[in-house]
Amino acid sequence: MNAVTYVGIKTLVRKEINRIVRIWTQTFLPPAITMTLYFVIFGNLIGSRIGQMGGFDYMSFIVPGLVMMAVITTSYGNMVSSFFGAKFSKHIEELLVSPMPSWAILVGYVSGSLFRGLTVGLIVTLISVFFTEIKVHNVWIIISTVVLTSVVFSLAGFINAAFAKKFDDIAIIPTFVLTPLTYLGGVFYSISLLPEFWQKVSLINPVLYMVNTFRYGFLGVSDINVTVAYGIITAFVLILGFVSWYILHKGIGLRS
Amino acid sequence: MQYAIDIKNLVKTYKDGTQALKGVDLKVEAGEIFALLGPNGAGKSTLIGIVSSLVNSTSGEVKAFGKDLIKDRTAVKSMIGLVPQEFNFNMFEKPIDIVSNQAGFYGVPRKVALERTEKYLKQLQLWDKKDTVSRGLSGGMKRRLMIARAMVNEPRILILDEPTAGVDIEIRRSMWTFVKQIAEQGTTIILTTHYLEEAEQLCKNIAIIDHGEIVKNTTIKELLTTMDIETFIFDLDKTPDKNLLDSLDARVRDGNSIEVDVPKVKNLNSVFKQIDAAGYCVSSMRNKANRLEELFVKMIEHNTDQNTSKQNSLKAQGGKA
Repeated sequence: MNAVTYVGIKTLVRKEINRIVRIWTQTFLPPAITMTLYFVIFGNLIGSRIGQMGGFDYMSFIVPGLVMMAVITTSYGNMVSSFFGAKFSKHIEELLVSPMPSWAILVGYVSGSLFRGLTVGLIVTLISVFFTEIKVHNVWIIISTVVLTSVVFSLAGFINAAFAKKFDDIAIIPTFVLTPLTYLGGVFYSISLLPEFWQKVSLINPVLYMVNTFRYGFLGVSDINVTVAYGIITAFVLILGFVSWYILHKGIGLRS
Repeated sequence: MQYAIDIKNLVKTYKDGTQALKGVDLKVEAGEIFALLGPNGAGKSTLIGIVSSLVNSTSGEVKAFGKDLIKDRTAVKSMIGLVPQEFNFNMFEKPIDIVSNQAGFYGVPRKVALERTEKYLKQLQLWDKKDTVSRGLSGGMKRRLMIARAMVNEPRILILDEPTAGVDIEIRRSMWTFVKQIAEQGTTIILTTHYLEEAEQLCKNIAIIDHGEIVKNTTIKELLTTMDIETFIFDLDKTPDKNLLDSLDARVRDGNSIEVDVPKVKNLNSVFKQIDAAGYCVSSMRNKANRLEELFVKMIEHNTDQNTSKQNSLKAQGGKA
């Protein structure tokens, strides 16, 4: 990486972080409130009647899932709104006319989403301390999984934003794809509770691998093989990363 | 000779089949202020979009100071600053951030970026607005902000796409002064404008584009010499009678004012003599329109007629077949 590109990436990351922090009431506060409600309702009120899941009390079981859910929706939402906003109001042209290479623009935007995703993840984790005791089985698995997952959904958000032509287009995917995948991805339950057929169907959901690997980092239990999960998550990073780079490089949805 | 911009056979066909550029050839000398004129939809913005990497070309070649746009895009981008027609900055950001970030995207280190931001915001009289959220700026200020942003990477080529559209005459003139200053410092400037007076004031060379083709590419001086008739308005001391109007082949404009078409071969003295002989006094006189504007309108009308007859002839041929 040459000095010009390095300065460019640094500038874009600073710009994104400043934007995210400036509108903290829209970026950090809502997930904190939503997740607190989840902890109160599902963890405390209902969870206390559910009993154990995966060998742990229900609250401890759902904390990693809820943190991951917040990271996924935040990373995706940040990228899609930031990049589509830049495209819609045309200030993406500031980057398109500059000598920054396509991969550097992508790194800048993904870093911004990563910052917001991880910050929200940390906030939700800190809130969970008020409801349950946090266990840590392997901190490196926790960190690597959350970072990789945030990158995957930032890239997915980028692809959505690049193809979107109107604001409806950036709302459809989160509502009809992302939310079902997350809710059915083992955030609230272990797939061992499902009939065998639905257990197999669940295995095609990539979110299941992310949530379970993350949970394994905290509790040391998982519905799936963690090594396979790492392979799948890494494959998603590489494939979505390449597709995103190609879109930017060719200017699909950006240059006429 | 190495040109600042050297365009050869540039073609752009959009996905819907619209051919915006039909083999454009254009050369812009280094250090000059070059005017690109054309009616709406002529292909000006497409041409500028391709040069500044916002539009993909279909075929053809674009070089900036000898560097090929396709083969060496990064080098070409580093040389160019763009002031587009539409506002394209984040309306929720402050001018100081918009300008300094743009410098960063061009690889200018933060400290230097902030120094240059101060320099250009001051030059464009925006320094006192540096911390104002930019959507609160006036139209003229927003245009100047885009000029400051385009200048912050100190480009060798500055492209101004209708920079003075919608700004008042005072700001327009201060922008002209700024443009002349930066041209004197060696920056090549390509200017598209609807204000033909602007082109006449600032530029040496001019290209007129219409229907995706360059219909004229010459010096402004030479272009003006091709004008064979100019229209003048004479304000008289009393209402002109029919004899005067017939003798001058003039038209009544309003009240005591008349319009006279004066061929270049005829000098104005003879017009004054005729008016004087008829017993009238001329209290004032002026050009009816900007000379370049008249010429531009004639040229575009001529080109449109040619295109229409070409289409009709093609239709007729198709009908026979």
